[in-house]
Amino acid sequence: MLNTITVSQLNAYVKSLIENDPHLTFVNVSGEISNFKNHFSSGHWYFTLKDKNASLRCVMFRSAASRVKFEVEDGLAVTLKGRVSLYEKDGQYQFYAEEMHPIGEGDLALQFKQVKEKLEAEGLFDAQSKRPLAKYPKRIAVITSDTGAAVKDILNITSSRFPNCEIVMCPVLVQGDMAAQDMIKTLDRVYALDNIDTIIIGRGGGSAEDLHCFNDEALARKIYESPFPVISAVGHETDFTICDFVADIRASTPSHAAELAVPDIRELKSRISGYEDLLNSRMLFKYNLYDMQLKSLQNRVSVTNFERVYQKKQLDIDKITTKISDTVNKKLQDEISATSNLIARIDALSPLKVMSRGFSVVTKNDSFVASVNKLNVGDNVVIKFNDGKVKGNVTDILKK
Amino acid sequence: MISKDFDFEKSIKELEKIANSLENEQISLEDSIALFEKGVKLSKDCSDYLEAAKQRIISLSKAEEE
Repeated sequence: MLNTITVSQLNAYVKSLIENDPHLTFVNVSGEISNFKNHFSSGHWYFTLKDKNASLRCVMFRSAASRVKFEVEDGLAVTLKGRVSLYEKDGQYQFYAEEMHPIGEGDLALQFKQVKEKLEAEGLFDAQSKRPLAKYPKRIAVITSDTGAAVKDILNITSSRFPNCEIVMCPVLVQGDMAAQDMIKTLDRVYALDNIDTIIIGRGGGSAEDLHCFNDEALARKIYESPFPVISAVGHETDFTICDFVADIRASTPSHAAELAVPDIRELKSRISGYEDLLNSRMLFKYNLYDMQLKSLQNRVSVTNFERVYQKKQLDIDKITTKISDTVNKKLQDEISATSNLIARIDALSPLKVMSRGFSVVTKNDSFVASVNKLNVGDNVVIKFNDGKVKGNVTDILKK
Repeated sequence: MISKDFDFEKSIKELEKIANSLENEQISLEDSIALFEKGVKLSKDCSDYLEAAKQRIISLSKAEEE
């Protein structure tokens, strides 16, 4: 007769059997994820791993889950590394995953693909949000490791091409788990400056793992927020990172970034001297043009021509002067003779002149008497002669 | 000595504009001479600006203090 045991005792026993089996302690199992749940408060993941014919309950605790770089979703084919155990409460055995890796591509490649698709869908790579770089920057912030080849290349090229541009060195970690956070913090400090024309962010070549921090989603979003145009320069020609897509422009290498960032002083100098030549030649052309015009005008108004015109005008003036003076003189003469005639006539009419010819004037009370009707018999009158007067008395009036 | 606030971009643009505008025959001789003199001054300033340059490198913390 067998002993009767409790459910708890049985589950505990089975659990111990499983946990003591070395084949179940370190297991790699592959399958497709379904029913994926990210428990919002604990951060633990619960999901089912399945293949065509079977399924397996899985748990991934938060500490392990946080090391998974890519996004986990239903349908994803993965390999899990972990152990098998039994959950005594419901007697279900389940898989406790410690690591998760995508099948068919690396974790990093998958993460890259996922972040790229996500940000692309949000429009962070859109061409219309790309800004042009400053043509003649006064200040560039260089965000990279201060020990790598990248910083040397950038300084060499900017100093020889356009030394007028000041470089603000912003040393950061460019690989490892801390790198993305470090770059985000540094970007925030650079964004707080107000006189930056361009930002160069990047590093020299390295393995995919080395460059991976430039695929960080938060870093990409931070770059997208930049108030200044950003050049991304990560690794070599063939390396593409999320930062490259989100930056205003991608440079294939740090050296290329420096070339994009600043103009070439030799080119500028030749442009300036080209403008000088243009100024000189066009001014000379203009001068010659005006000189020609002036000469042709001078020919038309030559000295002899001018004198001839002058003499002719002089003659005209003389003629007019003579004519004017003749007219005035004649008019004056006419006036003078008319006046003398008038004087002679006035003189002839003078009463004295008349009296000298034997006429006399009769006055009464000092008034001329022109009619016999003005006189009465007995009136005293004075008769004025040319050489004196007589007094008399009217004795008789004889009317005509 | 070229001033620190010299605006190279603006100056070289203006120089280009003046060099091109001198081609215009409508511009009077007086205006042409004034433009020419201005252009010569701009081209000298631009050249001086490029000649005087020596790259300055500062740290982020220094930039933050400024």
